[in-house]
Amino acid sequence: MAIIESDLLGRPSAWRLQTLPIASTLLGSCVGLLPFVVTAPILPPFGLLMALGWRLLRPELWAAWVALPLGLADDLITGTPPGTAMTLWTISFLGIDMLDARPMWRDHWLDWWIAAAAILFCALGQWALGVFVSGGGALWPMIAPTILAILCFPPVARLCARLDRWRLAK
Amino acid sequence: MAPPRHRDRGFSRRIQYGLFFGYVAAAMGVVAGLALVLIARFDPVAFQGIRGLALDVTAPFTAATRPIVRGGGSLASDIGDYFNAASENASLRAQLAEAQRKLIEARVLAFENARLKRALRLVGEQSQPIVAARIIGSDLAGTRRFATLAAGRADGVAPGQPVRAAEGLVGRIAEVGTRAARIVLLTDGGSAVPLRVVRTGEAALGEGRGEGTLEVHSTVVGGRGFRRGDLLVTSGVGGVFPPDIPVGVVTGTSGEIATALPLAQPAKLDFALVLPQAATPPPVAPPAGRKR
Repeated sequence: MAIIESDLLGRPSAWRLQTLPIASTLLGSCVGLLPFVVTAPILPPFGLLMALGWRLLRPELWAAWVALPLGLADDLITGTPPGTAMTLWTISFLGIDMLDARPMWRDHWLDWWIAAAAILFCALGQWALGVFVSGGGALWPMIAPTILAILCFPPVARLCARLDRWRLAK
Repeated sequence: MAPPRHRDRGFSRRIQYGLFFGYVAAAMGVVAGLALVLIARFDPVAFQGIRGLALDVTAPFTAATRPIVRGGGSLASDIGDYFNAASENASLRAQLAEAQRKLIEARVLAFENARLKRALRLVGEQSQPIVAARIIGSDLAGTRRFATLAAGRADGVAPGQPVRAAEGLVGRIAEVGTRAARIVLLTDGGSAVPLRVVRTGEAALGEGRGEGTLEVHSTVVGGRGFRRGDLLVTSGVGGVFPPDIPVGVVTGTSGEIATALPLAQPAKLDFALVLPQAATPPPVAPPAGRKR
């Protein structure tokens, strides 16, 4: 759909328009690959943050199913059981779609609340599915990274906006 | 700002159908994702191939960025070392003298030990490591505690093999790619290691909690319990981990349960040794852990 709009507006290179959001989300997933070795989770899930940032910034950019391949890639990159992020991200995106269908005033604060709910849902879901698959640990080590992730959302949204300006520039 | 109207596409049937099928695909994808999770639950080795491939693809990224990150990470402690040099020097000298005394005692004991073992014809003790490799990274965000090892199937690494460092046990291999492998750390929530308390010789079980420490349960009824500072080593029970590898030190006790800190802190490790599996592997393949 974004392709149609961009063609109407005479914008450049559908490839760049479509690839940059996906590539930046994948790079966000790869942040977890930085070669620190830690015994407790410390980093927020940047892949999820980037995906949410793009989704809330450009609702028309992605079809509803895009979270499936993105989530699967995140699973494979971070080593969580395959299907975890795939399921959780897609459910979050569908939830955001349902919110979009409600006529209410949207601003940055509301987007932040929505993102916070999605992050919380994904963290809880990841923990629950991890326990189901292979006996994960306690829940409380996840609290700090989740709060950090919620606090990290506005900067990531700004980053998405910055990338978006470059993406749409002639 | 008014709500976005992106999902409202007017009267174009084509776009309406496109939207509809997008939602159908998403819903089917959710079901498929849950199916994948179920498969991973009941057949832990089902995705070895694809996950090993992903590990191989991502490991070079980790390995390439490691020198940069290590440089930055060690800078702060280097500055601290500079200021503490004098006091640290004195304490290190004292420790060195103490260590040398202990070393001589240990040499005598090792000699005696070897002699006694020869006399008993004890077998199955010493095993040669399969490979020594660099630990290049770990999962920074998720709930599981994994580390990535720069050696894989091509080097003889296989799932289930124990991994140790000079300081002590690190964990065991969960998944292998051709050139990289994923280690389940001791502190992972799905990890459980049979232990022995060196002071009392009693058996215990060390389970990871996912936050950097081990929870140690005594498996002896009415035993002598744990004390702060107790050294824990592997007992070799169960046949996955070889016996007598140092594992951790008890840092706190509450009744029958103790908290222990692993001796081999993965954050400080460079190299790790992959050991052959001690004896009969357990029927359940890694990375399955215990069920809660």
